[in-house]
Amino acid sequence: MLTDLSIADGLRGLRGKEFSAVELTTAHLDAIAALNPRLNAYLTVTAEAALRGAGAADAALARGEQAPLGGIPLGIKDLFCTEGVRTTAASRMLENFVPPYESTVTRQLLRDGAVFLGKTNLDEFAMGSSNTNSAFGPVENPWHRTGDDAVLVPGGSSGGSAAAVAARIAMGATGTDTGGSIRQPASFCGIAGIKPTYGRCSRWGVVAFASSLDQPGPMARTVEDCAIMLRSMAGYDARDSTSVDRPVPDYAAACGRSLKGVRVGIPREYRADGMPSEIEALWQQGISWLRDAGCEIVDVSLPHTQYGLATYYIVAPAECSSNLARYDGIRYGRRVEAPTLDGLYEASREAGFGAEVKRRILIGTYVLSSGYYDAYYLRAQKVRSLILRDFTEAYRTVDALLTPTAPSAAFALGENMDDPIKMYLNDIFTVPASMAGMPGLSVPAGLDHQGLPLGLQLLGRPFDEETLFALGSAIEQAADFRRLPSVTAGRVR
Amino acid sequence: MSLDAATVKHIARLARIGIQDTEVARLQGELNGIIGWIEQLAAVDVEGVPPMVGTEQAALRMRDDVVTDGARPEAVLSNAPGRNGLFYTVPKVVE
Repeated sequence: MLTDLSIADGLRGLRGKEFSAVELTTAHLDAIAALNPRLNAYLTVTAEAALRGAGAADAALARGEQAPLGGIPLGIKDLFCTEGVRTTAASRMLENFVPPYESTVTRQLLRDGAVFLGKTNLDEFAMGSSNTNSAFGPVENPWHRTGDDAVLVPGGSSGGSAAAVAARIAMGATGTDTGGSIRQPASFCGIAGIKPTYGRCSRWGVVAFASSLDQPGPMARTVEDCAIMLRSMAGYDARDSTSVDRPVPDYAAACGRSLKGVRVGIPREYRADGMPSEIEALWQQGISWLRDAGCEIVDVSLPHTQYGLATYYIVAPAECSSNLARYDGIRYGRRVEAPTLDGLYEASREAGFGAEVKRRILIGTYVLSSGYYDAYYLRAQKVRSLILRDFTEAYRTVDALLTPTAPSAAFALGENMDDPIKMYLNDIFTVPASMAGMPGLSVPAGLDHQGLPLGLQLLGRPFDEETLFALGSAIEQAADFRRLPSVTAGRVR
Repeated sequence: MSLDAATVKHIARLARIGIQDTEVARLQGELNGIIGWIEQLAAVDVEGVPPMVGTEQAALRMRDDVVTDGARPEAVLSNAPGRNGLFYTVPKVVE
């Protein structure tokens, strides 16, 4: 089936005239029509624009042009501003927001011939690890426990993107990762996803959550597909003051590269209370796969790992409270009328934001407030320096690190909802690299005893995504991960 | 440190988020749970450690002080929930 193709195979088929871009896009739109009412992975489907884009891709192919993503249908996280297409951030606040401009990342994907199927669901303003914080309803993970129909969450915040790719209603999708929002849902949905180095992809036109952490990245079914997408998404952008001006390598060329002599560190602190033994076992399996591939395995210590989450839950809410101050009910977004200006602000923000977003704004406001700034925010910034130092020290002796991606497999809708901190613990293994600005790749590596996917995470030096792609493709090959979710295009259990 | 009800209301006021009196107790419990949890950082020795600003992968750069965009009032105003001509509207703030 066309919906089963990887991006790499899709490009080969299109260039070899085995099928047309219109056929490929139509197959995906049909699958979306059949599955999305159940999965809720897309908030907006842009069928007409997708078919127009596919037609243009066919015309370009007929002229002999081979754009890097010519004719490949993708899902776009509804945090990327898309010109003329509603961009909600899964919030009532932006329910009717239609950007008059295109984000840099999506503009580059369009430049390279990609076709956008629509905008994917997420946790409101990318705040969450389950996609249950969306104002437009949760996303169903296309995976189910063996013999159990309980609806599972896809992870978050890029849950709609992960579910769409896993269910084969997108060949790939964009995500954003602030503390694990690409890697954790990729792990929960049995796909690959990479958070590039901070500064690698432009944040311009991406709805801001925590600006020193936010980073766009690709999600796809294979490591090579992520590499193909990242080449188009990455690059210098003068409109993002933290964008880094470095050449963008051919990441796909790194997939399959020899790993002889590559030193991979195993950080002893990456173990969580109550972590299933299967995850520990998979980690050990990953170690032996990499050793078999020629890597040298080295025990390392990242002593401040345990403080990553608490540091994150000071820094990210502080930045979010500042960033989300822009939603004032005046220039754009939801407005609730009131007799006074302050009353209008308060009523608009009360009605427009969901519970988790309000919690984080309030925490951020508190830690930045007069008298508490030094005790919380300044101290967190210092601990952040120590976390960065841990990684910098480790990368003096190793080229990359291997860890589990998440401390559990996908959980059921409704679980972990009673206590915000329990939900925050999902990101325990992904947050430290976010704090340090380092790249991280999640690769599907195995299944637990209930038949749910588990991911392994590879962390690397700043701007050395190529080593991650090389290591990730070796794990992918050794794991030979072929199991399909129970709900996929054309095959619903 | 524990937040009392008055502090919760004060913080909500600073953040310009309207909260109902019936929500204060719940918010107080949730915020205290989170604040209590992040206070574990008090155990870290940060003596002499500089605060990290940004992610230090690149220095901020200078750019030319020139206009690169603008003169698109219709685009800027296209999502305004209330407008009058080329202006946003707000409740009266001057008596």
